[in-house]
Amino acid sequence: MCVAVPLKVIKVTGNMAIAELEGISKEISIALTPEVSVGDWVLVHAGYAIQRIDNEEARETVRFLEELYEANSK
Amino acid sequence: MKQTANKRQLAKLIQQVERLAPADKPLNIMEVCGAHTMAIGKSGLRQLLPDNIRLLSGPGCPVCVTHDCEIEVYLELARQRNVIIATFGDLLRVPGKKGSSLADARGQGAKVSVVYSTLDALKLAKKNPGKEVVFLGAGFETTAPTVAMSVIQAQEEGIENFSVYSLHKLVPPVLEALLLDKEVKIDGFILPGHVSTIIGVEPYYFLAREYHKAGVITGFETHDILQGLVMLLGQIREDNPCVEIQYRGGVLPRGNPIARQVIARVFEPADAWWRGLGLIPKSGLRIRESFRNYDTRKKFNIPEPHPDDKEESNKICACGDILKGIKLPQECRLFGRACTPLNPVGPCMVSSEGACAAYYRFTENGGGWNEGR
Amino acid sequence: MKGDKILLAHGSGGGLSRELIEEIIYPIFDNNGGQDLLDSAFLALEGGRIAMTTDSYVISPLFFPGGDIGKLAACGTINDLAVCGAIPKFLSVGLIIEEGFPVEDLKKILRSLSDTAASAGVLVVTGDTKVVERGSADKIFINTTGIGIVPEGVSLGPTEISVGDLIIISGTVGDHGMAVLCQREGLSLGGQIASDCAPLSDLAELLVSTGGVSCMRDPTRGGVASVLYELARQSKMTMEILNEAVPVHHAVAAGCSMLGLDPLYLANEGKLLIFARQEKESEIMNVLRNHPLGRAGRVIGRVTSRDDSGKVLVETELGAKRILPSLEGEHLPRIC
Repeated sequence: MCVAVPLKVIKVTGNMAIAELEGISKEISIALTPEVSVGDWVLVHAGYAIQRIDNEEARETVRFLEELYEANSK
Repeated sequence: MKQTANKRQLAKLIQQVERLAPADKPLNIMEVCGAHTMAIGKSGLRQLLPDNIRLLSGPGCPVCVTHDCEIEVYLELARQRNVIIATFGDLLRVPGKKGSSLADARGQGAKVSVVYSTLDALKLAKKNPGKEVVFLGAGFETTAPTVAMSVIQAQEEGIENFSVYSLHKLVPPVLEALLLDKEVKIDGFILPGHVSTIIGVEPYYFLAREYHKAGVITGFETHDILQGLVMLLGQIREDNPCVEIQYRGGVLPRGNPIARQVIARVFEPADAWWRGLGLIPKSGLRIRESFRNYDTRKKFNIPEPHPDDKEESNKICACGDILKGIKLPQECRLFGRACTPLNPVGPCMVSSEGACAAYYRFTENGGGWNEGR
Repeated sequence: MKGDKILLAHGSGGGLSRELIEEIIYPIFDNNGGQDLLDSAFLALEGGRIAMTTDSYVISPLFFPGGDIGKLAACGTINDLAVCGAIPKFLSVGLIIEEGFPVEDLKKILRSLSDTAASAGVLVVTGDTKVVERGSADKIFINTTGIGIVPEGVSLGPTEISVGDLIIISGTVGDHGMAVLCQREGLSLGGQIASDCAPLSDLAELLVSTGGVSCMRDPTRGGVASVLYELARQSKMTMEILNEAVPVHHAVAAGCSMLGLDPLYLANEGKLLIFARQEKESEIMNVLRNHPLGRAGRVIGRVTSRDDSGKVLVETELGAKRILPSLEGEHLPRIC
């Protein structure tokens, strides 16, 4: 059971939060990731944030793709 | 946040895979997770890989590996008048021993509510105080903490008409069981992304240390899977098997310790039956004694399952071998004939994530994508 | 009429029934062409073959962003006529109402049905009302039957599809399905998307008049994928679509990833899937671009060869071709 989606947290109320993607939002639990705050991206699985997404690490993927692209255009 | 690659980047990645593929011997790479199986099927990736790289689909669809004797148990529960079954949609159409499913039971009057989250199941229990809400806790380490949280919340809020029928399974023990099987020949694993979000890298160390197998924790976009393959092939080429993380945005090496604590508070490891694979030691999760009031098995006095492995319903079904990566779906004599997604015989066909169902759905004539090249 | 709830007695055939029909229903459908509402409607039809279709509407929730069950009941039947090349003319409306249903909601639903029909130049000419006991129906069910005229020389259908035909969609896919699902699954849309529910008869007529259309469908339940699958089988053709060419509203795509769904399988209520002769491509695309319901229209694929089993292939982002699987059972949110 592995579907998890990256969503952006837009409101936090105790253990619960509102998270959105492209304007579609839903209520999620952040009990498993108590450190998250508004503006963070989280991975959401079955209504729960299971991980705060590390922006720096996520950027690695972008960098990787860019390097590929550059290598390709040469 | 979500990154998708363009065509040129993808082509470049495929070139890298081709360059790293050994010329002399075939490699067997297993994608463990059902979501990877789906993503690979949808992208058509298999057609484009070099012939000597075989992608095998592993036992990572929790719905498929839910044993049919457990299905019979919850179907029986569903027939009880005061019970509402709350379940993820994935389990709805999975047939038990006698071929009937929760969807059939619902047609016959059982109360079955499809929920997206355990949070919805708790709401259902609060709304129906006169009924017993039984949540079917299926899933791997990704899902287990969300189910554990619902048990903790039910206890804290004194919701007494809620219980969990734990069908949870664990990934590392089944990988070990596969590797202990002499027939299984796997060179490396595309390891599940979101399971690893919870458990981190440490539980996989044994793959390299004890079995000399490569492993890369991989994300779910096509470029993630290709990059994961490149990393795997690199490990194999340099004969340096280890556990690497490709899916760096979603997985930290330490995983999610809070989620693991929540799992450990509510559940303890227990031997578990896997459909098609049999009993695997310490590969499941059982609710601890301290939460017995929320354990469906205790609440309804359900005996431990003791399926007689010899009465395997269909001897021709090759799902056992397919889950282990020994056979490909189209090598089963039932595949696409007696066994289809609408009329599944074995576990790999019962859910859209199952290896056979994915092959059936995404390939011409239900198979043969290696011939097509 | 007294009271704000529909009672069983409103369906009894007695005085309350008359009150409901005369005070609530008739005034809403006063555009019936000046006929008295008798047991049967008398229709004058000229100029071609008669097309007739019927469909029943059950939906939860009854009111959703972009429409309600009344609008849906008009659009669905009008569109079923329109895609066959017929010009819709008349509708019948059959209501099955659960006891206790709010009269205000009934009015709203019927008004929106009536307005939608009127906007497409369609008259509601006859109807029926039944009230059933609480629990015997879910709030309200509506059946509409439609009658239209197929002009001389117009012949559309799967047998007209030939190799080389282009496959065109008139706009973004999955809007209706997502708008309804979001309400059901507790997702908030934030005003981003609404149901595309709309009568397509005007657009369809313009498209047919180009002479380049071989077949049309409105991809409702089961979505574009299911219609393609069905037509491939009926026409005995192989169809290929390019995944990235299919227009999907970014919010629908987001909702799909949140619920584990595929927009190709989500219902549409205001889209045409058009099979068109290749040489008429520019004319057809012109009609689409100049019509409010076709602005986002795009060519998404083509009919490539004859194939007795009929199949649909998707070209993926990798350039690989795979089967587009047919939908088995309900399209349920997946978490795994």
